[in-house]
Amino acid sequence: MSGYVWDFSVILEYKSLLLTGLGYTLLYTVICVLLGLLIGVVSALPRLSSKWWVSAPFRAYVEVFRCTPVLVQLVWFYYALPVLTGIQISAMTAAVLCLSLYGGAFYSEILRGGIISMDPGQTEAARALGMRRHQVMWRVILPQAFKRMVPPLVNQSIMQLKNTSLLSVLALPDLLYQGQVIAHDSYRPLEVYSVIAIAYFVVLLPATMLAKRLEQRLNKKAGA
Amino acid sequence: MPEPIIDIRNLKKSFDHLAVLKDVSLHVDKGEVVALLGPSGSGKSTLLRCINLLTVPDGGTVRVGEQSITFGAGKGSKIPGDKALSSFRANTGMVFQQFNLFPHMTVLQNVMEGPLTVKKLDKPSARTNALALLAKVGLADRADYFPEMLSGGQKQRVAIARALAMEPAVMLFDEATSALDPELVGEVLNVIKSLAAEGMTMILVTHEIAFARDVADKVIFMRDGVVVEAGPPSVVIDAPEREATRAFLSHFNKG
Repeated sequence: MSGYVWDFSVILEYKSLLLTGLGYTLLYTVICVLLGLLIGVVSALPRLSSKWWVSAPFRAYVEVFRCTPVLVQLVWFYYALPVLTGIQISAMTAAVLCLSLYGGAFYSEILRGGIISMDPGQTEAARALGMRRHQVMWRVILPQAFKRMVPPLVNQSIMQLKNTSLLSVLALPDLLYQGQVIAHDSYRPLEVYSVIAIAYFVVLLPATMLAKRLEQRLNKKAGA
Repeated sequence: MPEPIIDIRNLKKSFDHLAVLKDVSLHVDKGEVVALLGPSGSGKSTLLRCINLLTVPDGGTVRVGEQSITFGAGKGSKIPGDKALSSFRANTGMVFQQFNLFPHMTVLQNVMEGPLTVKKLDKPSARTNALALLAKVGLADRADYFPEMLSGGQKQRVAIARALAMEPAVMLFDEATSALDPELVGEVLNVIKSLAAEGMTMILVTHEIAFARDVADKVIFMRDGVVVEAGPPSVVIDAPEREATRAFLSHFNKG
């Protein structure tokens, strides 16, 4: 390695390809975070039910997606699911579906954990005032639980962004896939992958800092 | 004789086959103050929680004011739904040992929450009422504080104001002073006393025997899920007829 001469100038030639890749990575992240959160909420609430036949299907979903590697899921969704169902889906659909369901399983756990970690005295006080179940949830439990959920939700969303790099196996033009293309074309893989790594870092560092500030603001708002 | 405001008949409750309440009946007249005494595990807290259905009884009838629900198998009984339970509870006020104030709301918002969310009262009216109640418990100047900035005694007084804001038919106190430092107990007992003087119907689960004797019209002594003895404090506390009551009270007289 000692004789290697680094040359980052080639990167500039492929600037537009890299920016397109970054754009796709961000787009996939936004879609998969939003869909994942929606799936997370929808699957967390029935899991709180005391009736097992209500909670069991959602628990099964969460465990299946938590206990298999996302790369395996991705390949399975794209290649096996169409054979099983007879419905052809595009790589994009398979990718979004898979990453959203994968993220949703973790979001679901975070939301459920945040809700059940609340002091039961809070629910009792709200019930004693005559609040309905949904009022207890929205007025008393969720506002408090949300504060506890922010750090793990942000963590999971950062994982979502990083997981979009796996979409390159389905030949979707995300940041990493574009990097692979450029590396083959330019014979400069070391520079290309260094730049890719830096690009992920530059996007995610401000995101974590923003989350930190949000967390502090929420704490302050509650009088802490 | 006017009809009692609270009428409880043949109440039964078990937790995992352990019978905590065995056929308990009691009635409370309007404006009456009832103290529930008894050793821990006697069922007194469960009885209190059955009156606002935070604990749903297995059998028996609970009536508070106009609303009556019968539990268990038999004629006219069904398992009540969320709506029925909520509307029943809105008619009773409860004060907890651990205060259970909402930490994400100010003192004023805590007191306004019930009327706003449950009664759908408009904000200006809810605010006016809440401020009046806070003045009544001596905390008008703490309206914009968050609960965690208050002492235990102040928290409990806010909790009392929060329960009163619903204009309940009865106030239930579940060991309201047990979590307080000794020097803060007095301020909470004074508020309860002034409510009694105003004619508020109240049921208190308490270990403050002296206070019970002072403020209660009726004392009920419970043990092992049944009412052992009931009557005016001058009888149940000062001259109990039953050995179980005497044995319980002797623990307090020592101190």
